[in-house]
Amino acid sequence: MSHVEESYDIVVVGAGHAGCEAALAAARMGLNTICFTVSMDSVALMPCNPNIGGSSKGHLVRELDALGGQMGINIDHTFIQSKMLNSSKGPAVHSLRAQADKAAYSLRMRKTMQETENLTLRQAEVTELIIENNKVCGVKTLSGATYHCKAIVICTGTYLRARCLYGDVIEHTGPNGLKAANYLTQSLLDNNVEMNRFKTGTPARIDGNSIDYSKMEPQYGDDPVIPFSFSTNREDVQIEQVPCYLTYTNEKTHEIIRANLDRSPMYSGVIEGTGPRYCPSIEDKVVRFSDKNRHQLFVEPEGLNTNEMYIGGMSSSMPEDVQYEMYRTVPGLENAKIVRNAYAIEYDCINSTQLKASLEFKEIDGLFAAGQFNGSSGYEEAAAQGLVAGINAALKLLCKEPMILDRSNSYIGVLIDDLVTKETKEPYRMMTSRAEYRLLLRQDNADIRLSKIGYEVGLLSKERYDHVVEKERLIEEEVARIKEINIGARKEVQELLESYGSIPLSNGIKLVDLIRRPELDYDKLAPIDPERPELSDEVREEVNIYIKYEGYLTRQAKQVAQFKKLESKVIPQNINYEDVSSLRLEARQKLTKLRPANIGQASRISGVSPADISVLLVYLETYKG
Amino acid sequence: MYQSDTICAIATSLNSSGIGIIRISGEDAISFADSIFRGKNKLADCETHTIQYGHIYDNEELVDEVLVLIMRGPRSYTTEDVIEIHCHGGILVLKKVLSLLVSVGCRIAEPGEFTKRAFLNGRIDLSEAESIMDLISSNSELAMKNSVKQLSGSLRDIIVDLRDKILYETAYIESALDDPEHYDLTGYPDDLKNKVDSMISRIDDLINSFNSGHILKEGINTLILGKPNAGKSSLLNTLSRRERAIVTDIPGTTRDTLEEQITINGVSLNIIDTAGIRETDDIVEKIGVDKALDSIDDADLILFVIDSSRPLDGDDEFIISKIIDKKVIILLNKSDLLSVITEEDICNKYNKPVISFSSVSLDGLKTLESTITDMFFSGQVKSDETLYITNSRQASCLVNAKNSLSNVLMSIDNMMPEDFFSIDLMDAYNFLGEITGETIEDDLANKIFSEFCMGK
Repeated sequence: MSHVEESYDIVVVGAGHAGCEAALAAARMGLNTICFTVSMDSVALMPCNPNIGGSSKGHLVRELDALGGQMGINIDHTFIQSKMLNSSKGPAVHSLRAQADKAAYSLRMRKTMQETENLTLRQAEVTELIIENNKVCGVKTLSGATYHCKAIVICTGTYLRARCLYGDVIEHTGPNGLKAANYLTQSLLDNNVEMNRFKTGTPARIDGNSIDYSKMEPQYGDDPVIPFSFSTNREDVQIEQVPCYLTYTNEKTHEIIRANLDRSPMYSGVIEGTGPRYCPSIEDKVVRFSDKNRHQLFVEPEGLNTNEMYIGGMSSSMPEDVQYEMYRTVPGLENAKIVRNAYAIEYDCINSTQLKASLEFKEIDGLFAAGQFNGSSGYEEAAAQGLVAGINAALKLLCKEPMILDRSNSYIGVLIDDLVTKETKEPYRMMTSRAEYRLLLRQDNADIRLSKIGYEVGLLSKERYDHVVEKERLIEEEVARIKEINIGARKEVQELLESYGSIPLSNGIKLVDLIRRPELDYDKLAPIDPERPELSDEVREEVNIYIKYEGYLTRQAKQVAQFKKLESKVIPQNINYEDVSSLRLEARQKLTKLRPANIGQASRISGVSPADISVLLVYLETYKG
Repeated sequence: MYQSDTICAIATSLNSSGIGIIRISGEDAISFADSIFRGKNKLADCETHTIQYGHIYDNEELVDEVLVLIMRGPRSYTTEDVIEIHCHGGILVLKKVLSLLVSVGCRIAEPGEFTKRAFLNGRIDLSEAESIMDLISSNSELAMKNSVKQLSGSLRDIIVDLRDKILYETAYIESALDDPEHYDLTGYPDDLKNKVDSMISRIDDLINSFNSGHILKEGINTLILGKPNAGKSSLLNTLSRRERAIVTDIPGTTRDTLEEQITINGVSLNIIDTAGIRETDDIVEKIGVDKALDSIDDADLILFVIDSSRPLDGDDEFIISKIIDKKVIILLNKSDLLSVITEEDICNKYNKPVISFSSVSLDGLKTLESTITDMFFSGQVKSDETLYITNSRQASCLVNAKNSLSNVLMSIDNMMPEDFFSIDLMDAYNFLGEITGETIEDDLANKIFSEFCMGK
């Protein structure tokens, strides 16, 4: 019996948000790439919430776009509502979120994949990794076909040994009834990969025709809309948007849930996986936050070509009859018809501390991993990792140094550093509070932070990079110009200040000091700054932020300089921590297990004290391989 | 720690030297020194390897007359810019100068940190690495042990409570930022302002307690030992000049140990009164006696009180056998009563300084005080210096925490967006954590998830 045998540079396992970015990046960087999916109809599928972005996740998408990823462009073409969250807060926490037409999103991504040179999209289940002497050689599929390759990127999402549960129903499938991948786990275990089992869940989809929207508050998008991608023209995204709706659970809902807790697989002990605390099921919310007499629900459209509505805030693994009962207690859902049941899903993933910051396994040469397989959650987290893993797989084959993003230049860096440094006990979600230098890592300046890297690895076009360089120049020039300007207590100045409720001047003042007043900003003061050049929205925004928050930005920049010093102190990988007798036992064990790449990473490992780091610094001086 | 910021420490022994030196190292060493020093020239304008004469000021208040030595890197011990301030005014002044430096941005050095920097910058031979690593790890363990030892339960409770409150507020803000449609911050800044105000006043109380030394027992550990009713508690009361111990004529009144912090001629003593030592069958009293005997090990100086109106007995002999290797001053108490023991007898017998003393007539008090200070300045008794280092580091953490919270208030007053508050709140949280020796974990994320309901 003969089997198909083919050769590629890079194999990507999975075509979800991580897999698509990984495959696109690798192919665009010139590597012959094949991407496997269990179903050609589920490319870039959004099996849970119908939106992209949100607090801190919007940052990830912006960063990914600045590096040359696809997600930002794809959502700009397929969104049906868009909002800048936290716009009344500081610029660091502004975050874009767009409702997606799920089907359109998936189709457009598939088309992009198929139109990309060097990229083959193939429906098949990868069942085995071929690894020899800890080095990647290829994969095998269920049909017995062999695909030789030099690097593999695993992006299996929630499909590994997946099972979906609600009530006493257990379906051995991936999300949406799609085929689970039941073999690859064993191949990973055979190669000494340490596995975890995580759990997550999704709410029911309700027939829109059965919903009484008059009992809910409509939620509209922004006008004007700001696009995700730095390459999208603002005019192109000013579309007609569709509303979402806000409603609430009530005591009745909670009573039903409490009365049926014993029928939930979460509480009866059937579910083995660890679920995320930040994304609790409605059962969890009712139990853990019993003092709350209602919970918010967002009713969001799944797309323009379906009437299904996603009930955000009410994910559940209750039996079908209880689901009907509880959803129907909600104002507006009294006659709700369920189209798809809510369910919990369990899946295999890895302990991500086995990875380097390049997302390559420390122990297996050429094996990369990204997305929910790494223990994260969320489309954006997955896509960001996929992009990094794809880029690094390609760079490796091109014999170039890996692209390492760090905590000081991006949320993606924070995400990956957390994943590879801290042992994640639950699906990892991005949050702005995880980024210690978040004032510098804003969504508005992602292009300035990362375009250079995207350009240098060969993903971002020269045109886009040059545009950013020019933008930076304009910002610098304008900041320098503004800093020199003094404003006298002239009549027109006083009038302008009064019109904004700002205290009039008694003496002359620097223009920057006026910009820093909370009730004023750069744009508002344009009338008293006649020399001001004509500048784009983006440039004016940066100038305003820079001037207004200069003190804080400088402070964080200093912290970053300290941070960089530690990150640059590389720890040789063949170091034997047992030789460093002054290290405390716990530190020695942790360091041996995690093998951090540099002193900075070592200092973030729990159980490693500042004194241990000092000892290590001294030891490294004497250590010459 | 392992940063390259600017550090300071008292470089000389705290105990006996007439001149005390404070050493500063790091890129801001000169500018920090300049901000508290007034001399003929700005230090920044002076040549390297020169000595400048001038004064240290706390705003307009003169602190000390000093000489300042400037050594610009790389020609210094650490190869960084180094400043040495030579003070004249004794320990209290050294502490004051150190706290001024902290207030302008210096960090108190970790154990062995100057040496570590010297080593990392290539000033010390590689062969010394092993001993430097041991120095760092043993010192930091000692410092940790000390800080745990010193943190009284109540202080620890206050700090833990403050941290918890700070974390809660930060988690609240962050939840609202992560899930703006669930949590609303309208009106929150005013609310936070009140809370931070009260946090600051609690930290102020702690700082004051630190400064007055009532919380942390630094100084020479001085143990008062003797038989029951030899007059130990009267001695403590006399030295501290107030009724602290309960003084009665009933032997065995002090059943536990009592502590008092006093200063004699600028030398701080941490005086510990103990239960009278004798053979006893009373279980409660026995516990006190054992505790007194246990304290001997940690004592820097022992005041052994003998009742001169009674002849020496087996209990006296037992005590002296326990302390024969320690620094001891023997007090012949009750000199106002008829003595049956003379100074010569005791002096010949034990070869320790002997002073006749009366806590009624205060006879011998001056001699006792001068004997103690002489022993200190001649270096015969020493206090545990790591204790002092730990203390000053903890105090500086409190000051830093307070400054961070003050920044929060300033941000509120300036109507900054709420996300700026959490940056300073977390700084305060981490500074307080350094006092209790907490390591950095994912506290905030945990708090957000456990206290606030979010998600799809």
